[in-house]
Amino acid sequence: MTSTTPIQGNNQGRISRRFAELKQQNRAGLVTFISAGDPDYDTGLNNLIALSESGADVIELGMPFTDPMADGASIQKSSLRALTAGQNMQKTLQMVRELRKKDQDTPLVLMGYYNPIYCMGVDTFLAQAAEAGVDGLIVVDLPPEHDDELCVPAQKHGINFIRLATPTTDAKRLPMVLENTSGFLYYVSSTGVTGAAAPTPEKVEGEVSAIRAHTDIPIAVGFGIRTPEQAERIAKFADAVVVGSALTDCVENAATPAAGTDAIAELTRSLAKAVREAR
Amino acid sequence: MTTQTTNSSMPEIGPDARGFFGRFGGRFVAETLMPLILDLQKEYEKAKNDPEFYAELEALQKDYVGRASPLYFAERLTEELGGAKIFLKREDLMHTGAHKINNCLGQILLAKRMGKKRIIAETGAGMHGVATATVAARFGLECVVYMGSTDIDRQQPNVHRMKLLGAKVIPVTSGTGTLKDAMNDALRDWVTNVDSTFYIIGTVAGPHPYPEMVRDFQSIIGREVREQIMEKEGRLPDSLVACIGGGSNAMGLFHPFIKDESVRLIGVEAAGYGIDTGKHAASLKGGTPGVLHGNRTFLLQSEDGQIQDAHSISAGLDYPGIGPEHAWLHEVGRGEYVSATDDEALEAFQMTCRLEGIIPALESSHAIAYAIKLAPTLPKDHLMVINLSGRGDKDMATVTAHLADQLED
Repeated sequence: MTSTTPIQGNNQGRISRRFAELKQQNRAGLVTFISAGDPDYDTGLNNLIALSESGADVIELGMPFTDPMADGASIQKSSLRALTAGQNMQKTLQMVRELRKKDQDTPLVLMGYYNPIYCMGVDTFLAQAAEAGVDGLIVVDLPPEHDDELCVPAQKHGINFIRLATPTTDAKRLPMVLENTSGFLYYVSSTGVTGAAAPTPEKVEGEVSAIRAHTDIPIAVGFGIRTPEQAERIAKFADAVVVGSALTDCVENAATPAAGTDAIAELTRSLAKAVREAR
Repeated sequence: MTTQTTNSSMPEIGPDARGFFGRFGGRFVAETLMPLILDLQKEYEKAKNDPEFYAELEALQKDYVGRASPLYFAERLTEELGGAKIFLKREDLMHTGAHKINNCLGQILLAKRMGKKRIIAETGAGMHGVATATVAARFGLECVVYMGSTDIDRQQPNVHRMKLLGAKVIPVTSGTGTLKDAMNDALRDWVTNVDSTFYIIGTVAGPHPYPEMVRDFQSIIGREVREQIMEKEGRLPDSLVACIGGGSNAMGLFHPFIKDESVRLIGVEAAGYGIDTGKHAASLKGGTPGVLHGNRTFLLQSEDGQIQDAHSISAGLDYPGIGPEHAWLHEVGRGEYVSATDDEALEAFQMTCRLEGIIPALESSHAIAYAIKLAPTLPKDHLMVINLSGRGDKDMATVTAHLADQLED
């Protein structure tokens, strides 16, 4: 955490509290991603609650965007399904408020691209996100070079700004990436888009330990992790394992919206079990 | 070159160290790409100060591209309109038929210096794709071009040209299958193939240093105009007119004149069916500031920050954004940004064919269309230069379909 004090909002330090609990339990956490409002608002809310009830330790909720440049086919399609069904930023924040009525503990991280936030207005967005119960932000197209845009203001609202590190982030650049990162660091284990093939766990383990030499912040590993077996392998050394495309595929492949929610719950349960048994 | 009055109240020409022109520009990209973009910037800074780089570029511009492109006095167009004296900058006569090659040559020389083996590009009308495929063939590098499936249908001749030149053309079906989606997929390719690949962006947009770099490579257009008009008329032009999609031909023409206060810089956006119909590609006139494809600029978007589809009869202008330096010139009032509709462009296209024996690209026809409105209101000693950024052979199918009735007469 940085030294900036929260000025408003109800972020109760959920992210750091959650990672402290995980450390105490000597296990990795499960971080799950779905796009907000996919395939529609009501089903999307059910899916979000299913994640919370099925063992997700941290929830990433995608803010749909028409042009998700860093995402593969699965998340692109989930964004467009949500937008077609009328999802927008207000509805996404409303989903967070609904979740918070049932779940006060699971950290919720909004993930997406800068433009919808910029268009809403950074201050308006941050004030409403903090009030809704958002704990962190991952904004793919805001590298540390643009920390003044959203990262620094977010921390003033008590919202963690979670930065991505990638295989192209070398030792020289890493301190800059870590500087204003709070909550956890998201290690993108492969170059490429979300949903791409996963690299070997051995390679990722080496890269994660290289980052640990620079920081004590928890490290979540994602990109290309789809199955409980893969999650278990990564959970042996990472502080958390991120699964996204495999969950959005559940929505795409479902015969009915309710079947999609069931599939998300089932996959989340099996992933949660895998990370709990990894060590 | 004569000394000219410079506008001392003009803010400093960008970009600054972070890639901003005023509040526009920047480097809004994923972390995976940041190290690549910083490398590219370093390499470009080195190349800029290397006489050998420019010697090689100039030799190719002369013997391979055919530069300098003529500055042609359009006598009959001038006579017909009865006002300003009109000159056409003949980029249509350059190798591959448009100004796009100027930028591609510069970038591929950089790619070579950086030891990259694979070239990727996005294309709308296909002119940038053809120019990229051309330079990739010339330098023996693998080439992959992303093109929206909608554009592939309406620009078949250019698809064949790219394939003949050895490029692989990948149809983009994600999103709406147009230029913006082609750019998304090119960025996704780049983020995946970071070590081997050089991304040749075709316009003055994208993350820093692309807007600066593409501008610099295209500025040869304006530098030549400056010399040519001094030779022909003994003074600077009074106005420069160019069409704008992303804005590379316009920026290339405008840039060497930005500090010459007396020269009007007129950018013509594509108004499609009309700006009030919502079916257009005029990002400055009909858009709002936002962040897309690595830069902050004016975008066609909803109130919720979702990008909207552009529409123009010309595939090359069919982009929902505009280069950040244009956004800045617009904001500080140095550039005048106007628009021309599909119908006006078609009329200008025909007029240029019949009066000058030149078939202009539909993109360039937008610039001519505005000049047709403006020139009659100006005195006969007003010197106007229109950038004829490309030739219209590629547009035959589109034009024939729209003008079917008239052409039968």
